[in-house]
Amino acid sequence: MQYLPLFMAVPLLVAFAIPLFSRLNRWLADILGNLTTLYLLAAAIGLYFIRPFNNMIVYRMGGWGPPFGINLVLDGLSHFLLLTVCLIAFMATLYSIAYMRQYTAKGKYYSLFLLMLAGMNGVVLTGDLFNLYVFLEIAAVASYALVAFGTEAEELEASFKYLVMGAVASAFILVGIGIIYSLTGTLNMADAARLLSGGSGTIKMFVAALFIMGFGLKAALVPFHAWLPDAHPSAPAPISAMLSGVLIKALGVYALIRVFFNVIGLTPQLSYIFMVLGAASMLVGVLLAIGQWDFKRLLAYHSISQIGYVILGIGLATPLGVMGGIFHLFNHALFKSLLFLNAGAVEYTIGTRQLQEMGGLSRKMPVTSATSLVASMSIAGIPPFNGFWSKLFIIIACIQAGRPWFALAAVIGSLLTLASFLKVQKYAFFERLKPKFENIKEAPLVMGVSMVLLALLCLGAGLAFPYVLRFLVNPAVIAVANGLGYSRMILGGF
Amino acid sequence: MKEGMTIIVKTITRFVGAMIMLFGAYIVLHGHLTPGGGFAGGVILASGFILLTLAFGKNVSSKILSQRAASGFESLGGLIFLGTALLGYAGGFFFLNLLPKGVSGKILSAGIIPVCNIGIGIKVGAALFAVFTALVILRIKPGKEE
Amino acid sequence: MVYFLSFILLLIGLYCIVVKKNLLKIIVGLVIVEYAVNLFLVVIGYRSGGHAPIINLSAPEWLYVDPLPQALVLTSIVIGLAVLTMVVAIAIRIYERYGTFDITEIRRLKG
Repeated sequence: MQYLPLFMAVPLLVAFAIPLFSRLNRWLADILGNLTTLYLLAAAIGLYFIRPFNNMIVYRMGGWGPPFGINLVLDGLSHFLLLTVCLIAFMATLYSIAYMRQYTAKGKYYSLFLLMLAGMNGVVLTGDLFNLYVFLEIAAVASYALVAFGTEAEELEASFKYLVMGAVASAFILVGIGIIYSLTGTLNMADAARLLSGGSGTIKMFVAALFIMGFGLKAALVPFHAWLPDAHPSAPAPISAMLSGVLIKALGVYALIRVFFNVIGLTPQLSYIFMVLGAASMLVGVLLAIGQWDFKRLLAYHSISQIGYVILGIGLATPLGVMGGIFHLFNHALFKSLLFLNAGAVEYTIGTRQLQEMGGLSRKMPVTSATSLVASMSIAGIPPFNGFWSKLFIIIACIQAGRPWFALAAVIGSLLTLASFLKVQKYAFFERLKPKFENIKEAPLVMGVSMVLLALLCLGAGLAFPYVLRFLVNPAVIAVANGLGYSRMILGGF
Repeated sequence: MKEGMTIIVKTITRFVGAMIMLFGAYIVLHGHLTPGGGFAGGVILASGFILLTLAFGKNVSSKILSQRAASGFESLGGLIFLGTALLGYAGGFFFLNLLPKGVSGKILSAGIIPVCNIGIGIKVGAALFAVFTALVILRIKPGKEE
Repeated sequence: MVYFLSFILLLIGLYCIVVKKNLLKIIVGLVIVEYAVNLFLVVIGYRSGGHAPIINLSAPEWLYVDPLPQALVLTSIVIGLAVLTMVVAIAIRIYERYGTFDITEIRRLKG
């Protein structure tokens, strides 16, 4: 437990060291990057044996106590997201060993990747509002650079759009943090929660609106989603997997949950706003995705839709709804990154992303095709894969909470997702092989290994979902349902 | 075309350039006593190097501090900062203020703060100079790709 | 009153980002937004009759303004500088690829 800051310090250390030493050996950057993510994944899993179950660890940086210093808080929700982030990061760096052969400047890629990872770990672990903003900016600026990594014309345009919108959102978040500071005189989340409770409603509504705008843009909710379909396809494939798989969740959804459930406190109007935004994201995302012919752009639109499911589940604020939302967050990280890695493998082998030019790849690329079938069935919600269970929980929770129209919207979204992925599977993998693709081979071995590992996790999380729920998701739900009791647990009773 | 600017600018820069860097180092070192600190001092250091580049042309300034050296200094500055933060583990907490805190108001006081300021100053100075060089030596020709 | 003015500055910056068609003017709008937010944060820390927060040992009864928002603003300025550096580098590369700074012609990603 002394080692919580290492989750942020070690990636930063290696990120600064790689440009110094990467000229010595061609593979040094790869080795260092993969060792770092492997260490972080092992540390995240190892924390499960140290953390007292259903309780939190509070680490005081520099020895300064709660109202004065920056605290790192590891409760169920933080630990769950930390595990997800480190898992997907390890898979992505494993995949990048082979994929980044087509780009130059691998040292800079790993350096930026580790910076983004340090930023995400910091967002998830911190217990202080301004520290959240700083790490959010670290991760966001690293991701702006990574989206533009190939420096082709379209990637630069996408990165510019993403950058301007992201910077405006960060400005709104900072205004919100400033207003909270001027109301309470402290930046610590627990202290601010204690001082804000029972305050005037109008200013809290204004701060809530600012935070919904700011964090909602980072999470790609519907009125703020316009950057995602351009930014996510343009990045290199492992970065697309990281962006869609964990960045929009750690920076957007986690920050929303933390600020609204534990600091500001959820009211019925706010909960209804979340449900409406979630339902709108579900439908708009999937309706825009059906007409897409670019593989990665289609996957990006589906990301918007699935995050809508998560926000709908969490916005219900009932235990079953929150459990469904958080479980779906984990599942989406698994199957969406697997889909993006598949799209990357297809692009690495064939060189195009347009569905109409592909066909019949399942004969020549069996590993990619099988894993993409697993991922497509997961996202469409077919039992026994993991997507089915999480969507079922969300739909049942909607009906139980007395909101049948939202449940209907979720079902419609799920059916349209199924239709969209049937189209993808048909056009990409299961038709006649075009004559110019006769000589293609399967994707390289390390790419195949990471894809197979993710597919096994999808299947495993679906088959063994009671265990996943008991050990991973339920502590997170308890931490969320704790609400304003979070501050009581940290400050020790008032 | 002659490198750099006119002879008036070159003469003045020879006098003033070193003083600018000295001033930047002063602001970095007195970060715990006066306003400024690592970031502001680093920007002044970088502007000293940028003045050199503008006045004498990039051939002269790249002999004094090439772009690879600037990158190296940047990484070194970051490692100094993280190193002092990790050194706090010897006292029990990350980022603990370990070194002796002397009399308030003297320059050798406040524990690790001057060391962190020096690390940040080196990093920011080198980073801004590297950014300036990278943006300036790129000769862009506007062209349309198909 | 000053809070109101800093919000107007934020709105001017947003207007620049939304309406202008030149990439560099959009960048200037972004910088104005960041400055407006920094101004807002600094003004939050003001106390009437306060002096700058540097301890003066010969006048111990002075009231000082709040130094914490000034530390926040220092960090925010650095972050703003990093974002500005990145966006200017991207804009230069866009000019190299597209040949223009006009955003109505930089529209290859559609749909």
